[in-house]
Amino acid sequence: MNTYAKEVLLNPIFNDNPIGLQILGICSALAVTTKMSVAFVMCLALTFVLTLSNVFISLIRHHIPGSIRIIVQMTIIASLVIVVDQILGAVAYDISKQLSVFVGLIITNCIVMGRAEAFAMQNPPGLSFIDGLGNALGYSVCLMAVATIRELFGSGSLFGIEILRLVTNGGWYSPMGLMLLPPSAFFIIGLLIWVLRSWKPEQVEEVEYEAGGQTALSRV
Amino acid sequence: MSEPENKDSMKNIIVVSLLVCLVCSVMVSGAAVFLKPQRLANKDLDRNRNILEAAGLYDKESGQQVNIAGQFEKFEIRLVDLVDKRVLSEPEALNLGIDPASYDQRKASKDPARSRALETAEDVASISRRARYSTIYLLRYDTGGIDKVVLPLHGYGLWSTLYGFIAVRGDMNTVSGITFYEHGETAGLGGEVDNPAWKGLWPGKSLYRDGDIALKVIKGNANPDNANFNYQIDGLSGATLTSKGVENMVSYWMGDQGFGPILNDLGN
Repeated sequence: MNTYAKEVLLNPIFNDNPIGLQILGICSALAVTTKMSVAFVMCLALTFVLTLSNVFISLIRHHIPGSIRIIVQMTIIASLVIVVDQILGAVAYDISKQLSVFVGLIITNCIVMGRAEAFAMQNPPGLSFIDGLGNALGYSVCLMAVATIRELFGSGSLFGIEILRLVTNGGWYSPMGLMLLPPSAFFIIGLLIWVLRSWKPEQVEEVEYEAGGQTALSRV
Repeated sequence: MSEPENKDSMKNIIVVSLLVCLVCSVMVSGAAVFLKPQRLANKDLDRNRNILEAAGLYDKESGQQVNIAGQFEKFEIRLVDLVDKRVLSEPEALNLGIDPASYDQRKASKDPARSRALETAEDVASISRRARYSTIYLLRYDTGGIDKVVLPLHGYGLWSTLYGFIAVRGDMNTVSGITFYEHGETAGLGGEVDNPAWKGLWPGKSLYRDGDIALKVIKGNANPDNANFNYQIDGLSGATLTSKGVENMVSYWMGDQGFGPILNDLGN
């Protein structure tokens, strides 16, 4: 694999993480991370959709008229999502029940649209495939990290296997109810972004504006 | 691939959009058609598994392999008329053109010919429409007596309608189990209706006192010293409205408007 392709694959994991840096796909990261198994299936579903949508869109990128390109991208993405939803319903019924509406919501996942528009429209299929895979990996790393924290502290288990014995099952651990609610993912993602940017300070954005030009603090 | 010179022309726009739609629709409908039997089978299996679970014939947590289809055959599926308040015989069900095994009560609830809208005052479980017919699942002893009856329940919780089953023992008063196979309550709060520990509180509780439904889901923990202990289920903490919803649907479906009179008949 040449270096550029490698960069395309690996950059989105830490250097250009879709959730951490691009702040895309937050909605599903909040919704499906209460259990690791569910988050994992969500990652697989997104990987499938993202890589294939990138490939298909890249294949026909020279033929897509500029005026309807977003609609064409959406059509392809939506079709792939429906296919994934159908497959999950057929092979992993229990998990598809838990994911419920969120598989359908991959359609509106900004990462898929974002990569189609930003990468697949300009690059050949092979490279677009790698880009899709890389971004899906970046998303998955982030999702699994959040899910690990939430499931461990919220339910005392990992992948459904009990780690901290719950009070309700006769153990000692009283679960943190907050971890099971979407806002906790918001805090965790915020903290992850903080960690990521402390580790890689180049990701910190420049201040775009100065607050309150005439306040006492601003010109100290 | 060469860049077509006029990719933004009207002709190309129409051709590309038509082709994309065509290919995508073939892909989607192909997947839907090929996978439909499997999806429906999964859905039925899940429902049947919940019926078994309510009747205590299947324990999801133990991870044991149970032949769900085989176990399910033990049940005698009967159609009940909720308006006449009686169990219909097989010829009667046949006359109505309904096969109890494949009857879809949810679909029937939406059909004006087979259901009616409920008044606000009587709509305890917030289901707005109720189908005239429902199915019950009888589990008999070898001697012919009724061991357990599994009844479908549904009603509104906090966010969603919960669909489930409740099983009642042969005395037509003691709960044998409860399960929910479909709901959209908050995971970890209202979603704890799926928690085996909570469902484990139900078996052994009594439904009726002096002929009236008395089972309540209370706030906090039921006190074993309380005279009403046998009629009380601990509420789900942080899920008052879901708990209330479960109580309401049990009151409604097990009450006079629901299966109450039918259970009474079966008991005699």
